[in-house]
Amino acid sequence: MKKLFAINIKIILIFLIHCCVAYSAGNGSALLKQDWSFKSFFGTFDRASLQRGYQVYTEVCASCHSMQYLSYRNLAEEGGPEFSLEQAKAIASNFEVTDGPNSDGEMFTRPAKLSDKFVMPYANTEEAKLSNGGAYPPDMSVLVKARAGGADYIYSVILGYEDPPEGMVLDDGVYYNKYMYGNKIKMPPQLYEDLVIYSDGTPATPEQMAKDVTTFLAWTAEPKLEERHKFGFRAIIYLLILTILVYFSMKRIWSRVETKV
Amino acid sequence: MSSHEYTPSSKFGKWFNDRLPLLTLTNHLTDYPTPKNLNYWWTFGGILTFCLITQIITGLVLAMHYVAHADLAFGSVEHIMRDVNYGWLIRYVHANGASMFFLAVYIHIFRALYYGSYKSPREVIWIIGMLIYFLMMATAFLGYVLPWGQMSFWGATVITNLFSAIPLIGESVTHWLWGGYSVDNPTLTRFFSLHYLFPFLILGLVILHIWALHVPGNNNPIGIDIKKPSNDTVPFHPYIVIKDIFALLIFLIIFAFFVFFSPNILGHSDNYIEANPLVTPAHIVPEWYLLPFYAILRSVPDKLLGVIAMFAAIFVLVILPWLDTSKVRSALFRPIYKQFYWFLVADVLILGYMGAMPAEGIYLLIARVATAYYFIHFLVILPILGKKERTLNIPLSITEPVLGGMLNPSMAKAKKDTEKINSLG
Repeated sequence: MKKLFAINIKIILIFLIHCCVAYSAGNGSALLKQDWSFKSFFGTFDRASLQRGYQVYTEVCASCHSMQYLSYRNLAEEGGPEFSLEQAKAIASNFEVTDGPNSDGEMFTRPAKLSDKFVMPYANTEEAKLSNGGAYPPDMSVLVKARAGGADYIYSVILGYEDPPEGMVLDDGVYYNKYMYGNKIKMPPQLYEDLVIYSDGTPATPEQMAKDVTTFLAWTAEPKLEERHKFGFRAIIYLLILTILVYFSMKRIWSRVETKV
Repeated sequence: MSSHEYTPSSKFGKWFNDRLPLLTLTNHLTDYPTPKNLNYWWTFGGILTFCLITQIITGLVLAMHYVAHADLAFGSVEHIMRDVNYGWLIRYVHANGASMFFLAVYIHIFRALYYGSYKSPREVIWIIGMLIYFLMMATAFLGYVLPWGQMSFWGATVITNLFSAIPLIGESVTHWLWGGYSVDNPTLTRFFSLHYLFPFLILGLVILHIWALHVPGNNNPIGIDIKKPSNDTVPFHPYIVIKDIFALLIFLIIFAFFVFFSPNILGHSDNYIEANPLVTPAHIVPEWYLLPFYAILRSVPDKLLGVIAMFAAIFVLVILPWLDTSKVRSALFRPIYKQFYWFLVADVLILGYMGAMPAEGIYLLIARVATAYYFIHFLVILPILGKKERTLNIPLSITEPVLGGMLNPSMAKAKKDTEKINSLG
């Protein structure tokens, strides 16, 4: 019986290991892995990288990709790029928003304020599709969370453009990307050496820009990440201390009966 | 229930208690004689109660900020995550809380299966428990639809389409569920309404579940009937209360790791894409806790029979007290049953894994074998095993095997097993 039982457990274990292996293999182990500062237990965003990432987003991505759930005030909030309020106001005022109606019943445009949502590049999905060969550039607010592989996947796709393998014929306006699902993407390659000029003097290599913009997108997807990590650390320390105290209380109470707990 | 009549000490207490015996109830709950050899697998009842209350409270707060409208739902969830004070915490507790709830309920159910807690005189506790489990699955499914992401929408489409398999009236029933000709805004609003209602039905059933438990009292790892109160029991308070709190805290630490450090690992990334009726995701998969049933559904080639098989998988659990013919409760004294128990655990895990894989080739074949075995376990093995199995001798009381005085070798083995269980616990 004992033997049969042991075999039984082994079957379960082998099966579980197999599951894990199959799972990790199925998730595209080929992705370019980066050492993201926000991944670890105490992970925080690299402030300078977020600010550079915003610059890449606004100068490159924002011409097609919207960011509908963010407001300009978020840029100055704790745990984000932490631009100063003045900088964030200045950033916002570069954009025109439609407001109204005014007392004459007319809609009017004005410079954006901190409380305004990020201005969308297109009026609607149809216009976005029309301008991009039928493909809709997805909203970037939660894009990192919306893709298996997360930040690594986004980073890999940005840098994953290659010549198609022999014999693969691509339609006009379709590009080969090593990491994209199905390897076909309608977004042309975006990043070239010195495409943007970083004000902090960081050399704008494609890898650097990809890393910065991915960091920025990780923040837009999870703006409370730093608060969450801090809160979580405290919560778990609190729970551990309480557990130890309750453990000794329990031992004490159960010492009155001969059964062990 | 408790054998003695309770009289409050204060005059007001007595006056009040004569009119509404709340104090008698409180006294019953604190004095409630509990077997003293309960191990930590028995702490999940308390943990589950905690999970239910947590889901209700976080859900109440979420409902204050959530908008049940096809155009606004996804955005309102992002509003909760970004602009509501601690909204991210409340939502992640609620979303991961559902998974933790199911984790706890599966442990609770498999504990009952191992120690035969469903057997006479506890059949009604078990059946109410299965009703709770069924309602939990319904509630979880409804809740998963509310964020109105891609998996929400397509999950809802797949599951509601199951009803179209009913002959003759199937299509009408499906349209009635949808409130239209496809999953759309009317579906979302009614799912929200029902998702708000069901937890309170579950709460009512939980009260009945505990009430029914307090009639015969707890089963225990040895699975024998015990005298109450006696040397074999301890009062619920403080002994079981403190033990339950300790176990709950361990559970909360694991819960906290999910909430604070990988809040999305149990979800599907596609659910962060807003629902789009024109784009079908590559693989539509339910949440992990429904995967075994999803595997059973897909392993039957015929749609109607698949739906029947899926519901039958739950129904065989409901009638389990009459399928298992063995009079011996605990698997500790059923050497063969113990083997089959672990085969069943493996089988359900395999089904869960196959539910996450595409239904084709080797995966489909394995899922079919596992589905067949699932039913064979309950419908063939258990009824026969109860009649054929040579069970070990059962101790007369909880204290007896601990205090020695073995009558025969099998008893000595039973002693070892109980000690092992006690040291585990």
